[in-house]
Amino acid sequence: MKLLKSSSLALLVSLSATWLAPAVSQAASLLNVSYDVAREFYKDVNPAFAQDWKTRTGETVTIQQSHGGSSKQVRSVIDGLAADVVTMNQALDIDALANAGLIPADWSSRLPEHSAPTTSTILFIVRKGNPKGIKDWDDLVRSGVSVVIPNPKTAGNGRYSYLAAWGYALKKNGGDQGKAREFVQKLFANVPVLDTGGRGATTTFAQRAIGDVLLTFESEVTLMLREFGSDNLEVVVPSVSILAENPVVWVDKVVKRKGTEKLAKAYLEFLYTPAVQEIAVKHHLRPRDPALLAKHSDEFKPIPMFTIEEIAGSWSEAQKVHFSDGGLFDQIYERK
Amino acid sequence: MASVATSLHSRRETAYAAPRATQDPVWVRWLLTGVALAFLGLFLLLPLAAVFAEALRKGLGAYFASFNDPDAFSAIKLTLTAAAISVPANLVFGVAASWAIAKFSFRGKSLLITLIDLPFAVSPVISGLIYVLVFGAQGWFGPWLSDHDIKIIFAVPGIVLATIFVTFPFVARELIPLMQAQGTDEEYAAISLGASGWQTFWRVTLPNAKWGLFYGVILCNARAMGEFGAVSVVSGHIRGETNTMPLHIEILYNEYNFVAAFAVASLLAVLALVTLVLKSLVEWKHHQTNAE
Repeated sequence: MKLLKSSSLALLVSLSATWLAPAVSQAASLLNVSYDVAREFYKDVNPAFAQDWKTRTGETVTIQQSHGGSSKQVRSVIDGLAADVVTMNQALDIDALANAGLIPADWSSRLPEHSAPTTSTILFIVRKGNPKGIKDWDDLVRSGVSVVIPNPKTAGNGRYSYLAAWGYALKKNGGDQGKAREFVQKLFANVPVLDTGGRGATTTFAQRAIGDVLLTFESEVTLMLREFGSDNLEVVVPSVSILAENPVVWVDKVVKRKGTEKLAKAYLEFLYTPAVQEIAVKHHLRPRDPALLAKHSDEFKPIPMFTIEEIAGSWSEAQKVHFSDGGLFDQIYERK
Repeated sequence: MASVATSLHSRRETAYAAPRATQDPVWVRWLLTGVALAFLGLFLLLPLAAVFAEALRKGLGAYFASFNDPDAFSAIKLTLTAAAISVPANLVFGVAASWAIAKFSFRGKSLLITLIDLPFAVSPVISGLIYVLVFGAQGWFGPWLSDHDIKIIFAVPGIVLATIFVTFPFVARELIPLMQAQGTDEEYAAISLGASGWQTFWRVTLPNAKWGLFYGVILCNARAMGEFGAVSVVSGHIRGETNTMPLHIEILYNEYNFVAAFAVASLLAVLALVTLVLKSLVEWKHHQTNAE
């Protein structure tokens, strides 16, 4: 008994020593809290930044990553996860940080391009050969077409898909909100099941073979073709879609406390450099650099895109009008 | 008269030799055994085999390469750290609590028993969440902690706390019935012979409960290493820093990195199997000492 106790005590001491030691003599480090599917992208970006920082300043820097569902991640940061930078796929999540007082409300103007170094958009995926002949938004509201969209109240790409449809109808009808409402109502009448997350919707469509068309991010489309085979699925590029910006922000409260403000800013500015823009292309995110975008026009089909601001004023406005409880989405979507 | 006695005796013998349950038709016995074995194979052995098969799908080289990753290494280290802290903590607590409950009577005893069972009753997610609510930035002590630059949630202390919470009942739950069954006669004898309370505890109570204690510690350790839900809530999922083995497995799996995910899972399974073997050894040993 005594032996057991003393040996476990020794183990405890040595183990706690091993995890305490690096914390004391720690080199500069950044924690990047990000959404679920951005891991591959940042896995390539981080070593590139560490290299660049080393040659510029001679300092060694390590970048730690945390990934998960975007709302959960933001919640963790609000609850005290010490994120130096937060990188998301919609401004709404970053606004939550501003509401919690961690960053100023005008965060989007602190870096170029609304603080979004990369973008994406919403495209359609259909079954091979496009048996239902789906070409554009109007085909989605035809009767007999089954559309898979994740729940706009919980999933980022559901929100973008909904707003893209709303924007399309708004533009087509000269800004008539009543017509736009009718359009999204018809569209969601064609949605057989609302998945709560983007990956769930992908599974519903690709593996459970439910639906004729799936609406999702361009970056996810390419991944799907790779995972589930281009002999089963094909991409349809609509005539117009929505600009999905991937905003990034340094968390003022955290970087001030940790003394990493300069490093965090440098990291985010680095995302706009040609090197990272190339990495973005590799991971199917649209780069901001127009020349680079044109060079890869095979992959990134030029589509006219509208922004959230054009069709809904702002993200928080869109949230309030469309997705809050009792909002427009609740009114048009009837549970089956 | 004697013959009557023998026949009576022999009749009783046959009755002992073949109890009615085993007189069931052969097919019933085989069917029941078969069903039990099929369930065991389907729900226990098959998944376990699948873990190892998936892990070794790309050969031993790829299997061992999965462990040669600093993130995997740090996850293993963190899991062992959390277990190495929470198991001794619960050992001390469990022994103290069960000693008090089994050998003494006091006011609020049933309340204490209920409290010990609490972690079994609440969902692990809630277990994690309560620590976020208490120590998180928006929680009760959050502002004070952040002013003093003390990290609990989304750091190692939070993970250890959550692990201690969910493994809280194992040692005590194992010891209380055992100590209660043993009664207090030996303690009274020791005290009447002049032993102090402390001596009684070390020389009488603890040695008597030794095997039950080992058993509790082993179960506690198994749960501490395997805990997912509560730890997931307080972890923050920082790669190479606050990911335990179960969390690391989930991350690898989500990255379509199946070989590495199953490789780490197989290691966790091996740890569990070692624990089970230890458990059986303890049970066997316990049985022997009891038989003596």
